[in-house]
Amino acid sequence: MTEQDPTTDVVAAAATPEPGEVIGHHEGMFGVSGSGDTSGYGGLNRTVELPGASTPPYGGWMDDVAASLATASKAAGVEAAVEKVVVHRGEITFFIRREDLLAMVKLLRDDEKLRFEFCSGVSGVHYPDDTGRELHAVYHLLSMTHNRRIRLEVTMPDADPHVPSVCATYPTADWHEREAFDFFGIVFDGHPALTRIEMPDDWPGHPQRKDYPLGGIPVEYKGATVPPPDERRSYS
Amino acid sequence: MTADPYAATESETTQGKVYTVTGQDWDSIVTGIAEDHDDKIVVNMGPQHPSTHGVLRLILELEGETVTEARCGIGYLHTGIEKNMEYRTWVQGVTFCTRMDYLSPFYNEMTYVLGVERLLDVTDDIPEKAQVMRVLLMELNRISSHLVCIATGGMEIGALTVMTIGFRERELVLDLFELITGLRMNHAFIRPGGVAQDMPAGALDEIRDFVALMKKRLPEYADLCNANPIFKARLVDVGHLDLAGCLALGISGPPLRSTGYAWDLRKMQPYSGYEDYDFEVQTWDSCDAYGRFRIRLNEMWESLKIVEQCVERLAGLEGAPVMIGDKKIAWPSQLAIGSDGMGNSLDHIKHIMGESMEGLIHHFKLVTEGFRVPAGQAYVPIESPRGELGAHLVSDGGTRPFRAHFRDPSFANLQATSVMSEGGMIADVIVAIASIDPVMGGVDR
Repeated sequence: MTEQDPTTDVVAAAATPEPGEVIGHHEGMFGVSGSGDTSGYGGLNRTVELPGASTPPYGGWMDDVAASLATASKAAGVEAAVEKVVVHRGEITFFIRREDLLAMVKLLRDDEKLRFEFCSGVSGVHYPDDTGRELHAVYHLLSMTHNRRIRLEVTMPDADPHVPSVCATYPTADWHEREAFDFFGIVFDGHPALTRIEMPDDWPGHPQRKDYPLGGIPVEYKGATVPPPDERRSYS
Repeated sequence: MTADPYAATESETTQGKVYTVTGQDWDSIVTGIAEDHDDKIVVNMGPQHPSTHGVLRLILELEGETVTEARCGIGYLHTGIEKNMEYRTWVQGVTFCTRMDYLSPFYNEMTYVLGVERLLDVTDDIPEKAQVMRVLLMELNRISSHLVCIATGGMEIGALTVMTIGFRERELVLDLFELITGLRMNHAFIRPGGVAQDMPAGALDEIRDFVALMKKRLPEYADLCNANPIFKARLVDVGHLDLAGCLALGISGPPLRSTGYAWDLRKMQPYSGYEDYDFEVQTWDSCDAYGRFRIRLNEMWESLKIVEQCVERLAGLEGAPVMIGDKKIAWPSQLAIGSDGMGNSLDHIKHIMGESMEGLIHHFKLVTEGFRVPAGQAYVPIESPRGELGAHLVSDGGTRPFRAHFRDPSFANLQATSVMSEGGMIADVIVAIASIDPVMGGVDR
């Protein structure tokens, strides 16, 4: 049997073009309801859609990275680790199955065709309406050897906010993971000391989740009252 | 007699004796240690200690004067800027993020604006003059930021002259900022699509004078410090961190370049037209605090070179636009500097209030509602004075950021505190941290 070209694997994986990833929808405008609105804005209905999976070729060096990653992950026995690849605005994002994250970051750092030796950080994102994938951990990796950047994204449900810690591979992730835990409640399993970093130790809740209110008080100015920012009308 | 609330106290806890020492009162701690014959002592330095660069708390485990363990406690300056940005328009976001790392406001604005522009897909439509002005402001800002680093770093080891001359020159840069943007800090000047306003009359001459003056003043720093035996005794071989350590810990900026590795995003991944400027990436190969000091000193010379090239280009761009042509993105209100500071341009007010109903509607919609940014995410890092500064922006297609996260170099670099200080003397901890140049406003955001 001849060895299969790794690039065709990626094609097969993403051959059926998926539509954009729907993460929720907005109704009406200004965040007002039940006001007897006659303007028609109350009937607005907008689907919130993030860019969907891309099909190869991704263009330029991105194909090299995808091919090298496919080869390396096959050799390591985690060929199904990449759920999908999104190329948008010249940036490439690999969605990684969370159980394979540790194996993948090790490959990404050590494989000489990949060599993503620098982790720029970990950022949490909360998509409350994306059922079953509410929490995302986003890793920005930089290969100084090849002068390339990629993004890894791992999704997890709110009910089970666990993801393996990449501290062993990228020690710099220590504080970044503590920050994502502090603000989003993402639990990084295997982190050496997962404690709050910005908020006080006894703080209740995780402030940057979408269900955590911004807070604030109304301010009186020249007889009028200005509501706090999260109660002002919103156009989104 | 009332009890002095600030007096030294001591108490027994399950983990040993706790001394609270204030002011100059060390008597109880000295006798206490002499009694207990316990060599190991844990000292909380900060968060309000003058030598810890803002509100940084250090937890040091000491044996005699040797640091056996060093840990950082941060979060004292957390103001929720990232969360707040989710409740304002994309343009208002600039006003928030400029306040994060208060020594390099233009860089915070720049990385955020580059991300917004990438999501809008207008990166190539930014006018040339806006790009040159951005580079000019950033490089002036690099000079002012490095001056503060060198000044405070000098002050902390007792070199007070370095501090006074550092702040003297920084003041000149802030005067230029005030002239160009109307403000000394928190400018919110770099906006999605361009910059807030054109160069004021006479600004180029002021900058030329500044560059000429700095060329006389910068050698003073070299004369004061470079070969000064006391200065070198405090800095050489202190805060050692090699290339492998830097990569593992995600350290960028001068500490990375002090290992001899010429990694600078302005050269490696140019933005805002940096590929058109002639400058050198400064490195040193000593991996220590002294190397980082020399790199900062040399980088100020390179920044002066870039500033000169910017001035030359701006002289040929008189009257060119500084904001994107797309009226759906460009902030409609033109600002003007009047006798009482910066405010709305009277011409613009006259236009929307007296001449054009459409102009008024457009102004109102863009100012209150803002513009929509296509859904997606972007990360466009830049080389700030402290290293890789990037904004991870997520848009859901609305008029506000869905999520804005800043990868601040001070935050990442501060993780090197323990490896740089453990095993060294307690006095060297201060030098090691000063060589990282952390700004707590950026660390805590």
